[in-house]
Amino acid sequence: MIDWSPLILTFQLAVVTTLILFVISIPLANWLADTKSKLKPIIETLVSMPLVLPPTVLGFYLLVVFSPSNSFGQWLDENLGLSLIFSFEGLVLASVIYSLPFMVHPIQSGLSNLPKTIKEASYVLGKSKLETLLKVSLPNIKSSLLTGIVLAFAHTIGEFGVVLMIGGNIPGETRVASIAIYDEVESLNYAGANTYSLILFAITFFILLMVYLINGGYLKRFDS
Amino acid sequence: MIDIQFQKNLNGSSGKMLLDIDLKIVKGAFVSLYGPSGAGKTSILRMIAGLLAPDQGKLKVGGETWYDSAVKVSLSPQKRDVGMVFQDFALFPNLTVRGNLEYAKNKQSDGAIVGELIDLMDLGDLQDSQTTMLSGGQKQRVALARSIVQKPSVLLLDEPLSALDPSMRSKLQDYILKAHKVYDLTTIMVSHDVAEIFKMSDEVIMLDQGCVTKRGKPREVFANNEVSGKFQFTGEIVEIQHQGFLYIISILIGNDFVKVIGEKEEVKDLKVGERVMVASKAFNPIIKKLHV
Repeated sequence: MIDWSPLILTFQLAVVTTLILFVISIPLANWLADTKSKLKPIIETLVSMPLVLPPTVLGFYLLVVFSPSNSFGQWLDENLGLSLIFSFEGLVLASVIYSLPFMVHPIQSGLSNLPKTIKEASYVLGKSKLETLLKVSLPNIKSSLLTGIVLAFAHTIGEFGVVLMIGGNIPGETRVASIAIYDEVESLNYAGANTYSLILFAITFFILLMVYLINGGYLKRFDS
Repeated sequence: MIDIQFQKNLNGSSGKMLLDIDLKIVKGAFVSLYGPSGAGKTSILRMIAGLLAPDQGKLKVGGETWYDSAVKVSLSPQKRDVGMVFQDFALFPNLTVRGNLEYAKNKQSDGAIVGELIDLMDLGDLQDSQTTMLSGGQKQRVALARSIVQKPSVLLLDEPLSALDPSMRSKLQDYILKAHKVYDLTTIMVSHDVAEIFKMSDEVIMLDQGCVTKRGKPREVFANNEVSGKFQFTGEIVEIQHQGFLYIISILIGNDFVKVIGEKEEVKDLKVGERVMVASKAFNPIIKKLHV
């Protein structure tokens, strides 16, 4: 009988991460799509960094910053009771940073591709920027929103390096499926590793397949 | 009364140019802006709507200041009482025809206005359709209706009919005129079509390189005043045929072809595609009643 807790933890992590990302990415993507600020290229670069940076680098710095042995980590622990190292909360934070581009990019490109006049028409009708975003812009980029949600979700399921660095391998707390697979292989339990791998493989395959079917090739355009 | 003074440096099609206009438009007038592409017509509409900021100037509508660079007043587009029909119509694809109009309502709008406009624009059968399924003419009617929902004091039309075929155009011109009269609007329309301007506007403002070059009644601005003929039409030369000593010039006036015989001297300056005025002195016209 397999231990389901790594899989359950993985999906908890993916759901929480995706929800948080969805909430923060919409204003961020909207700002990036709209702004003429000189800061834009810098923010864009920062958002995209996790695409190219080895996850271990990100994990390493998070580890350093949040370690209870330095003052910021200590302050968090004492004042907010928040320990971000080797904890589920830490995994969520790391995953949010690590999957940020997968949520922001599709939403940003969806918003930039909307004809400018649609927003202007709404402004001329006296509607505020927020109302325009909620009632006009977002409903017209549903496929981009779906792509962002699914990519961020799938990417969080698949992450390994950053989780290992900041979360370690605590059963029920930070031991997600990808870590469990690694662990099983280390202890030469290939059958156990295979079970987890097969389940992850099947789930991610179906999630992505759904997106392709629903969006009709949107992902391809996004990738190019 | 709309009092417009705008100055702005624009990057036109032929490099940089200074838009510099000073216009007064009477309440209730139907005014057309006419001129070559890149003359600044659309920019003027956008500056009135608040979508583009002038470098300096003033904009007063009915005594209310919408923009004044001297005292740093600039109302946002949301606060300006304008309706605008964009060249690409800018309908909201996520909403139905009725949804687009409902969205346009504000707190002061009376509940019946949407139904009233749907009737006025003959949109009854289409009201539950998605706007992406509509033809150009239908979209145009929806965009026009949507821009009038708030009964704005100024209606701005940016080449609203340029994408439509001639018969559709003529119908929609009637819709626009109807709306203009029924809701007592002050309308400013950008148009490239002289016939359209003749039919619709009280006044035409001719622009070139950001400046007003001529303004007045369409007949005064476009027609050559030396002609005293009673019949005047404008049209486009479609073909010039050479037949013996004479030339046969085919001209498209509205939807009708007219063939006019010309001599070599007359044809010398004419080219296919040019706009011309066809006039006749009224000594022998034939009048026939039309049975419709």
